[in-house]
Amino acid sequence: MSLEFSALEQQMLAQIADLEGDPTGAYNVRINGESYARMSTDNVKITPKKGQAGIDVVVKPNVKGESVHIPVIITDSGRKELVYNDFYIGKGADVTIVAGCGIDNCGGEDAQHDGVHAFHLGKGSRVKYVEKHLGSGAGSGGRILNPVTKIEQDAGSNFELSTVQLGGVTRAVRTTTAKLGAGAKLHITERILTSDRQTAKTQFDVTLAGKGSAVEVVSRAVARNHSQQEFISHVRGTTQCYGRVECDGIMLDKAVIRSTPQISAENVDATLTHEATIGKIAGEQLIKLQTLGLTVEDAENMIIQGFLA
Amino acid sequence: MLQLQDIVYSVPDGKGRKTILDGVNLTFNDGERIVITGHNGSGKTTLAKIIMGIIQPDRGRIILNGEDITKLDVTARAKKGMAFAFQQPVRFKGLTVGDLLQVAHGRFALRSELCEYLSAVGLCAADYLDRELSGELSGGELKRIEIAMALLRDGAVTVFDEPEAGIDLWSFDNLIDAFDTLKDGKKITIIISHQERVMRSADQLVVMQSGQVQQVGTPAEVLKVIRPATPCAKLQRSQK
Ligand SMILES: Nc1ncnc2c1ncn2[C@@H]1O[C@H](COP(=O)(O)OP(=O)(O)OP(=O)(O)O)[C@@H](O)[C@H]1O
Ligand SMILES: [Mg+2]
Repeated sequence: MSLEFSALEQQMLAQIADLEGDPTGAYNVRINGESYARMSTDNVKITPKKGQAGIDVVVKPNVKGESVHIPVIITDSGRKELVYNDFYIGKGADVTIVAGCGIDNCGGEDAQHDGVHAFHLGKGSRVKYVEKHLGSGAGSGGRILNPVTKIEQDAGSNFELSTVQLGGVTRAVRTTTAKLGAGAKLHITERILTSDRQTAKTQFDVTLAGKGSAVEVVSRAVARNHSQQEFISHVRGTTQCYGRVECDGIMLDKAVIRSTPQISAENVDATLTHEATIGKIAGEQLIKLQTLGLTVEDAENMIIQGFLA
Repeated sequence: MLQLQDIVYSVPDGKGRKTILDGVNLTFNDGERIVITGHNGSGKTTLAKIIMGIIQPDRGRIILNGEDITKLDVTARAKKGMAFAFQQPVRFKGLTVGDLLQVAHGRFALRSELCEYLSAVGLCAADYLDRELSGELSGGELKRIEIAMALLRDGAVTVFDEPEAGIDLWSFDNLIDAFDTLKDGKKITIIISHQERVMRSADQLVVMQSGQVQQVGTPAEVLKVIRPATPCAKLQRSQK
């Protein structure tokens, strides 16, 4: 079977989910509120929810190297949707999940996707979860995204979350909560680019409840023009555990970045750190690249691209 | 030929201004290696920044091959073939050693080509190209990469600000060889250094003191005169 997509849809799928041609493995492609295409495999079952929008994704225990693509596209101006996706990862399974949402808004009304993703990781399972968010289209209507990610990790599981906002998103609020069991590891990287009058807010709330659990959050933000970003994180450790949050921001023009770190160590063996550095591009970095022959503008772009890579 | 004519530079200081360079006149000829030395704070780095256009002098002119370049910015001077290895290398989050070497090279270069330049400064090349140019590299590694970038520019005028700083002796010997490769034809190499071996290798040795040129000449001429009372030596004498 071959899937039919418009040129715009194809381009968006490539950008948000690295999809060119038909996906391999399990997938669910959601376009303008409909599940446009869905495929389960022997090891990964995708079923639509009853009574509300969304899917259940069940990954069998101990399967290795599985992949799931679940991109979402909105091209209707005025469309607003709330979608619930649940992921049940069997113990010992190893899976890569590529989500991502693109909104192309050519009209005057807001288009909005609120995705609530809940992950239940069985013992010793590994998940690599990648989501890219992108806004485009010439319309005056907003391109709004509010991803909610809830993560529950059983003992010894490993979750790698990478979230990227590539630009063009008018307003976004990301809310991520996680609770880690013994020896579980969570690694979050976040890259957010805003410009014009866009706003983006990130809230992390991580509880290290299991002995030897660890979280690392690395957030990099670039805010241009009059855009505003806010980063709020709370890491709580109730046992022997390790947590590190690093938030770096580059501001240009009249942009604003706010960072509110909170770490609560509720056990003497909890080691928690938070580093935040916000500022404009360091003058010496620009000068260095200028001495290599770049213009100030090219130097800025190179620094930003590298920073967000 | 590069000429510095009556360069004066000052910075605001409380109510008045503090003079950092006070009427510097120097002429560097094509094909020459010039070594600039002098006490800490004597104005060597400031002079290098003025040569590169990183800061603008209050007064004076910089002439490159007959053209007044005083008003040109850093990029324009780089395009004229002026290169600078900073005293303190700059770190970049998210950019790799390879990324910067590629920019320094100016046009597309094969990895193997970039590697050669890293080998010239004593770094085992391929391991380094993909490393981030950040805190995870040691001070000496950063410094050598900084020097490799300047060598790669292969410019008409190259300024190295204390290339020996933080580099072990063994690597330093190799560095001197690397500088020798620049000594062909018309290129001007300016090395700011406190190392006697580097000083002795100069065609022209310049000694700065308190923002002024105190001595200029061949190393033999100049080193005979200076052997100066260092602040420490003076102190020891006065304590006797
Ligand atoms: N922007 C500035 N504001 C105030 N003082 C400055 C500034 N730049 C340089 N100076 C001062 O000017 C003097 C010369 O500094 P410079 O860095 O040129 O010295 P240097 O000869 O390179 O010293 P070193 O051998 O330690 O590298 C120093 O006293 C320094 O403190
Ligand atoms: Mg100096």
